[in-house]
Amino acid sequence: MNAKTKQTLLRVNHLGFRWPTSQGDVIDIPELTILSGERVFIKGESGSGKTTLLSLLGGINLPSKGCIDIMGTDITQLKQSHRDRFRADHIGFIFQLFNLIPYLSVIENVTLACKFSALRSERALIKSASLEAEARRLLSHLQLTDLDKQVSDLSVGQQQRVAAARALIGAPELIIADEPTSALDADSREHFLQLLLRECAQSGSTVLFVSHDSSLEGIFDRSICLRDINRANLRDKAQQGGLTK
Amino acid sequence: MNPLLLLRLTFKSILNRKFTSGLTLFSIGISVCLLLGVETIRKEAKHSFTNTVSSTDLLVGARSGSVQLLLYSVFRIGNATNNIGWDSYEKISSHPSVAWSIPISLGDSHRGFRVMGTSSEYFEHFRFANERALSFKQGRPFSAVYDAVVGADVAEELGYKLGDKLTLAHGVYDTDFARHNDKPFVLLGILERTGTPVDRTIHVSLQGIEALHTDWQSGTRSRDQVSAEQTLEMDLEPKQITAFMLGLNSKMEIFKIQRAINNYKKEPLLAVLPGVALGELWQLIGVAEKALLVIAVFVLLNSLVGLLTAILTSLNERRREIAILRSLGCRPSQIFILLASESLLFAVLGCVLGVLLFIFSVVLSQPLLQQYGLYISLASFGTEQVAFIVAVIAASFLMGSIPGYRAYKQSLSDGMSIKI
Repeated sequence: MNAKTKQTLLRVNHLGFRWPTSQGDVIDIPELTILSGERVFIKGESGSGKTTLLSLLGGINLPSKGCIDIMGTDITQLKQSHRDRFRADHIGFIFQLFNLIPYLSVIENVTLACKFSALRSERALIKSASLEAEARRLLSHLQLTDLDKQVSDLSVGQQQRVAAARALIGAPELIIADEPTSALDADSREHFLQLLLRECAQSGSTVLFVSHDSSLEGIFDRSICLRDINRANLRDKAQQGGLTK
Repeated sequence: MNPLLLLRLTFKSILNRKFTSGLTLFSIGISVCLLLGVETIRKEAKHSFTNTVSSTDLLVGARSGSVQLLLYSVFRIGNATNNIGWDSYEKISSHPSVAWSIPISLGDSHRGFRVMGTSSEYFEHFRFANERALSFKQGRPFSAVYDAVVGADVAEELGYKLGDKLTLAHGVYDTDFARHNDKPFVLLGILERTGTPVDRTIHVSLQGIEALHTDWQSGTRSRDQVSAEQTLEMDLEPKQITAFMLGLNSKMEIFKIQRAINNYKKEPLLAVLPGVALGELWQLIGVAEKALLVIAVFVLLNSLVGLLTAILTSLNERRREIAILRSLGCRPSQIFILLASESLLFAVLGCVLGVLLFIFSVVLSQPLLQQYGLYISLASFGTEQVAFIVAVIAASFLMGSIPGYRAYKQSLSDGMSIKI
């Protein structure tokens, strides 16, 4: 694939973040660019600030400095309610575990994403006659058939596929996955990933996949090591007397 | 974003915690019911208390305290310190300003119920509640000397029916040696229930009272007994009565007549306005009723704190859920609404449950309360009760804003790092 013909989906500039209570920066990323349709693997150990980075990219937290440009919009300049709207419209999240709302059915969990975004609801209705039908379509593509079960009765692998369907419904431009496979065993891990990436390719979504498990690296277009781009991490390590630069 | 969605989420979330939610709801329901019950009984007790006597302009007795006069003449509690001469009664009741008068002669009893001697004007002019007159369930007013008319409670508790014979006793303690055995009274009428002390009274004519005591002197039976028949031959005009009620032609004259009676030269008399005396008495006993209300309010407060605890506890379990909603684009303000609406929903459902419990218990307890002269009807569900319910809902909304605010804060600080 020729990267130059593709548009930039996400660009980060001089991004810095520190928690109000802590001393040093958790995130200090001079630059990061992700192209539209790219499937990026971000590798980072736990505690390397990857979850923080993801909540900054998703507009849940606001950086202390720098800008985050997604599809031409600097989300750090948006009002909070607009950032929430932006996230609802353009970003789908998949977490490591417990992605689902326990008191909603499988279908309700999936369609919930459209309830917060008119845009995604519209897009979903282009593909199917109803939101429920679109949820069923996605779930069947993700090879989940037990739709009448309580979500708490689903296996972890099944739950993650419901979460994937929720992230995918209404085709958001960016899918952010935070260790979605770490609770799965090796076989189902690859299977889940293939299903997810196939669906993302179909809807044209860009994928940001974060994991500490480098064995999955090979499936992605590009792999970034968070340690290489996050200078806050290096300083941290240096202070501990590990690495020096 | 549809606001109904938040409500639906709240509702489903509550349903998901059926057991604890049910308990919380039940506790709110019970305390709302208690509050409504206490308020209603309070209102009704005061109502029936102040309604024991109505449209009587002045209450006259021997000079003592106004509350005491009220207690013995209207509530039949305690005894008079002194009697009034019949001539005083005749003089005052024949005053041109007086429309009607009811003499009251107390001092005898029958199996725990007080006997009251009076005239036929009693059945004509006595009013209770909102100008309600006495009416007969069975029989008619007394006419002969040995006729008696009993209140509803007397008839019910003693199982009396028309034509039964009653032996009255001297004094308020019904002992063998104090009985007027020789002069039994015949039950001629039974009154409808009034919810006032009338229900617990046996009414006879003044002449009947006089006849009982023809052969009594200084509280004991004299040696020469007079038979019932012989008594009828005698002059039975009463020499003394205990008290009397006055109705005046014009309300404007109440204070003038009252002053005249209080300044009566021949004997020391006291005239009081029943409404004023009832008010004084209620101030004395009304403290208990206020204490009851305070307790009910605290019980309600307690269950609202219970509600708050339940929601705050669930909040920790729901941090995960809140983070998911945030990632889907839910705003922090919507998280606030999600949590705050929960306590509101609890309060509304709790109030509905409370009102249902209240209606249910009123229907169940009505016969029991009637024995105490309390008439609790669902019609007494008025503005106070509605105000209470509104206050409960408002209070729980205020309380709900506490977990709402906490969830709002957490959702901002947690970001996506979700505590499990």
